[in-house]
Amino acid sequence: FGSTMPRIQKETVKLTFLLGDGSRQLVDAKVGDNLLDVITENEIDLDGFGACEGTLACSTCHLIFKQEDYKKLPETPTDEELDMLDLAYGLTDTSRLGCQVIVSKEMENWEITVPGGVADARDV
Amino acid sequence: RLWPRNYSTTIRQPHIAIVGSGPAGFYTAQQILKLHPTAEVDVYEKLPVPFGLVRFGVAPDHPEVKNVISTFTKTALNERFHFLGNVSVGSDLDVEELKKAYTAVVLDLDGVLSARSFVGWYNGLPNKADLKPNLDTDVAVVLGQGNVAIDVARILLTPVDILRKTDITQYALEALSKSRIKRVCLIGRRGPLQVAFTTAELREMTRLEGCRPVLDKNDFLGLEDLAKMVPQRRRRLTQLLLNTALEKPSQKDAARWQASSKEWMLKFLRSPKEILPDEQSNKVRGINFTINKLVVLRSVGYKSVGLKGIEFDSRKSVIPSNTGQVKNQPGVYCSGWVKRGPVGVIASTMTDAFETGKQIVDDLASGVLTVSPDHTGRHRIVPYLKNKDIETVSFEEWNKINEHEISVGNELNKPREKLTDIAKMLQIAKQ
Ligand SMILES: Cc1cc2nc3c(=O)[nH]c(=O)nc-3n(C[C@H](O)[C@H](O)[C@H](O)COP(=O)(O)OP(=O)(O)OC[C@H]3O[C@@H](n4cnc5c(N)ncnc54)[C@H](O)[C@@H]3O)c2cc1C
Ligand code: FES
Repeated sequence: FGSTMPRIQKETVKLTFLLGDGSRQLVDAKVGDNLLDVITENEIDLDGFGACEGTLACSTCHLIFKQEDYKKLPETPTDEELDMLDLAYGLTDTSRLGCQVIVSKEMENWEITVPGGVADARDV
Repeated sequence: RLWPRNYSTTIRQPHIAIVGSGPAGFYTAQQILKLHPTAEVDVYEKLPVPFGLVRFGVAPDHPEVKNVISTFTKTALNERFHFLGNVSVGSDLDVEELKKAYTAVVLDLDGVLSARSFVGWYNGLPNKADLKPNLDTDVAVVLGQGNVAIDVARILLTPVDILRKTDITQYALEALSKSRIKRVCLIGRRGPLQVAFTTAELREMTRLEGCRPVLDKNDFLGLEDLAKMVPQRRRRLTQLLLNTALEKPSQKDAARWQASSKEWMLKFLRSPKEILPDEQSNKVRGINFTINKLVVLRSVGYKSVGLKGIEFDSRKSVIPSNTGQVKNQPGVYCSGWVKRGPVGVIASTMTDAFETGKQIVDDLASGVLTVSPDHTGRHRIVPYLKNKDIETVSFEEWNKINEHEISVGNELNKPREKLTDIAKMLQIAKQ
């Protein structure tokens, strides 16, 4: 993970998070960090976000990308990520788990939605 | 959010009691503390140790799931949060007593059912430590096809050397290392399209070391078309199930399964009419399947149990409520499994708990809840408990237990070795 790598001067990109309450949060995200790190480091206050601390054991770090951005993401989700995403509330075709998405230079000025609710796996 | 130190003493502040320190209790507390500037939250827990099923339910080989504990611990560090362990509401202390001392009371209760016995046994639940499950047999039958049933199956089938590195209790490890169980059979009342486990847990089972899945093709043939019509959430689960049952395994899997000495299987659409447990010896006397030597573990859901004076819907296993506000009980709320029923993961419990927490803060703001001078919370209850010779355990004292368990665990090369004896817990807490 990015946060454990040596602290060399890292490139950053500008990202905007669209939050459930309608507000927008513009941040500088370090290339190489994952999006859960970005949200934690920028102290975006989201209740319960990242409950398992990035270990792919919950679905609380659910993020939604724009269709065109989603296609540009370098890595496709693994089966394990999709298994967890199954439990995410308000799952869409362009959903990912934030802890599994690494910031890259291509993400400059992307807007990413943080869905309002969190998982409800009760009807599974 | 820094309020003047004396703010809390000059202006009447609400005291909220939470009964139960599982995820629902902690998440409700977190939400109240966040949304209200002065409210104090006292959490009562019947055991001397916090975290409910995160400690006593979640499987030892899923340590990642327990990471939520670090958020709970952060909440506990808030100076308006107080943990009062070793207090059982209903026996040590009545809800009526709490209602007199608090502006609001939140119930986060847990359930009882026999699956809890086996899970509680390997996870070190104090009154289950002496359960001696019979593992000197070939076949274990688990009644149920949910995540808890899968957890039980996985613990029975996982190579002991893998479990050794987890926080599973030493005595369970010892017993499992002598286990002769080769086959675990999960029995469901309904069909393959209704299994209740999640995709992640199923996938883990298909990859379990030294173990092969045995699924009867006949149970799955003809379901391919139906599988396309199942709700979106179940689609990948159903697909994985069908693939495992019907597709030729990859070469790697085929070789691995061939070499496996253990197996697990799913059986559908049978409801055991008659299980005759012998309560004393914890063995099964009879069951109307045609398997001879077996041990039966029940995992057909947890049930919440009610409290004196509080209406309880035993069919749904919940306390009837409206966004957490208990029917006909002003000032009483519920949260967690006792609110929505004993299903769902920690994340869904969290959603519920936030909702209950928010409802309480809204009710404080709108005047539905009013703070009376009697509402002094623990300041009123602690003397009452002292009088009855009940010793409470604080969060700092839990930390002593925590450190003790971690250091004993260190010597055994595992993250923790749990204490299972309440007297010993209290002794270390009070050192
Ligand atoms: C075997 C098992 C495995 C699981 N594995 C996972 C998993 O891998 N991932 C996941 O996300 N979820 C898992 N879950 C689900 C998760 O544990 C629950 O969603 C969650 O714990 C429910 O929280 P709760 O606070 O409602 O109840 P609980 O965790 O049961 O908490 C209730 C608390 O209240 C206390 N209490 C009860 N009655 C009283 C009383 N009268 N007075 C004082 N205190 C009282 C209890 O001691 C307990 O601490 C698992 C559940 C089980 C049973
Ligand atoms: S933080 Fe739990 S899956 Fe990403």
